[in-house]
Amino acid sequence: MRTKGNHWRAHALLLLVLVAMIYPMVWLVGASFKPENQIFTTMNPLPLVFTFANYVNGWTATGTSFTVYLSNSLTVSIATVIANVASCSVAAYAFARLDFAFRKFWFAVMLGTMMLPFQATLIPQYAIFYQLNWINTFLPLVVPYLLAYDAFFIFLMVQFIRGIPRELDEAAALDGAGHVRVFFSIVLPLMRPALITTTILTFIWTFNDFLRQLVYLSDHARYTAPLGLNAFVDRASGSSYGGMLAMSVVTLVPTVAVFLAAQRRIVDGVATTGIK
Amino acid sequence: MSGTPVRKRKRHKHNLAGYAFLAPWLIGLFAFTLIPMVYSLYLSLTKFNLLTAPQWIGFENYVRLFSDERYLQSVRVTLIYVVTSVPLKLAAALLVAVALNRGLKALGFYRATFYLPSLLGASVAVSVMWRQIFSREGLLNQFLGIFGVQGSDWIGDPRYAIWTLVALSAWQFGTPMLIFLAGLKQLPQDLYEAAAIDGAGKVTTFFRITLPLLSPMVFFNLVLETINAFQTFTPAYVVSGGLGGPIDSTLLYTLYLYLKGFGSMQMGYASAMAWVLFAVIGLFTAVYFWSARKWVNYAD
Repeated sequence: MRTKGNHWRAHALLLLVLVAMIYPMVWLVGASFKPENQIFTTMNPLPLVFTFANYVNGWTATGTSFTVYLSNSLTVSIATVIANVASCSVAAYAFARLDFAFRKFWFAVMLGTMMLPFQATLIPQYAIFYQLNWINTFLPLVVPYLLAYDAFFIFLMVQFIRGIPRELDEAAALDGAGHVRVFFSIVLPLMRPALITTTILTFIWTFNDFLRQLVYLSDHARYTAPLGLNAFVDRASGSSYGGMLAMSVVTLVPTVAVFLAAQRRIVDGVATTGIK
Repeated sequence: MSGTPVRKRKRHKHNLAGYAFLAPWLIGLFAFTLIPMVYSLYLSLTKFNLLTAPQWIGFENYVRLFSDERYLQSVRVTLIYVVTSVPLKLAAALLVAVALNRGLKALGFYRATFYLPSLLGASVAVSVMWRQIFSREGLLNQFLGIFGVQGSDWIGDPRYAIWTLVALSAWQFGTPMLIFLAGLKQLPQDLYEAAAIDGAGKVTTFFRITLPLLSPMVFFNLVLETINAFQTFTPAYVVSGGLGGPIDSTLLYTLYLYLKGFGSMQMGYASAMAWVLFAVIGLFTAVYFWSARKWVNYAD
């Protein structure tokens, strides 16, 4: 039976784990506002002397401004989101609603690609994009998503569409609506929650992606935020911790902002499903 | 349903529309997955540096793997990483999920906060932060200093460096935790009431009821996290400054593949490495599925 004592102990344990997990991030933010010589002198995350110097110095420390890196990251992420949402929703509609030959076979293939390690295609893809002269452009990062490269989101949307009552599209079909109209005016509006989830996850995953951007982008003018930060770490290698930590915070801000905005949605979702 | 032979319908009603809607994905499947896979298999049998045409050498790349000391080291490091980080992460996820699953008022807050590291963990910024935490003057050693313990340079010491990566992985237990939590919500409450009437303690209840009922979720998380762990790259790259050091102690498989393929442009060799990795992940997954019959409990 659940007693008050147990609740109390569970709370204490959870809070302890929570503090241990979050502490490094709080420290990171605090340290980014400390003068260089006070960063490693105390565990206290609060700066005794508050300074923006790390941000000012760090912003242009690699020779290219973080404004460039951040806007490149935003360009890539937003383009990927649009491409991914559009292409995956179209494929998901086919899998969830249309009856065509070999549908089950293709569905199995689609699930199989989710298990595929990306290393298996990394080198041949690079060789192909190299032949196309696409190296050091954003095309190798975005174009695959125009063609529903990430099957995870197709699967997510298929699951969602299956939960939408068929009567709605059948009624529309009886009224003479074709598949294109049913898709755009019935299914797409109803799958908004799945589209939002896809948007949020695609944005955060793309923004934080490193290996693919590291491989394809070679010019500082094309560098994204993770590459800019990495270049900073390479260059600073121990000399400018303050700037390094400040720019780490800068590259985390967009994803944390999206998370905080979407987090309310999570809480709302929980409330509507009646879970305490 | 069908009446006269004349009205006999085609078995699939939407062939044209189906393939029209599927076309983008199908083109992508061939262009970015299937054709590259075949091409990669071919490249793995060649010497290829991107600038000149691939040169056929048969199975030489695969043979060379077994005498490449750095390769064997990367395999060792990766196996240690996978078999320690995955169970640790799942155990943390399960523990916290069970602790959360008791009708807490602040559940939404806890869930979101525990999930945040999972979302950010793959970023360069978090790896940079990790490097500072485990450095000689870092947060961990300052904490240990309170108890008079002199910590070492965790990142710079080949004995400890890999464990900082394992810790970073375990820190991101949020995703499996959310999956466990969803599973726990589905468990039938009457079993717990029956167990309580029979006088079963908390630990017994957990191992005899919760864990068996949750085994499909454990299985799902195990497969997913194992595949992810084999593919880890960013933390190893950032924490070691891109080289897998000190003395190759953090040379995870994907990092070595990157260094071979894009550092020294041995793309044939790196393709062979990719195919071995693909086979090993397939093997792990097959073993999981085979063993699942023995320990995964599919109700009804």
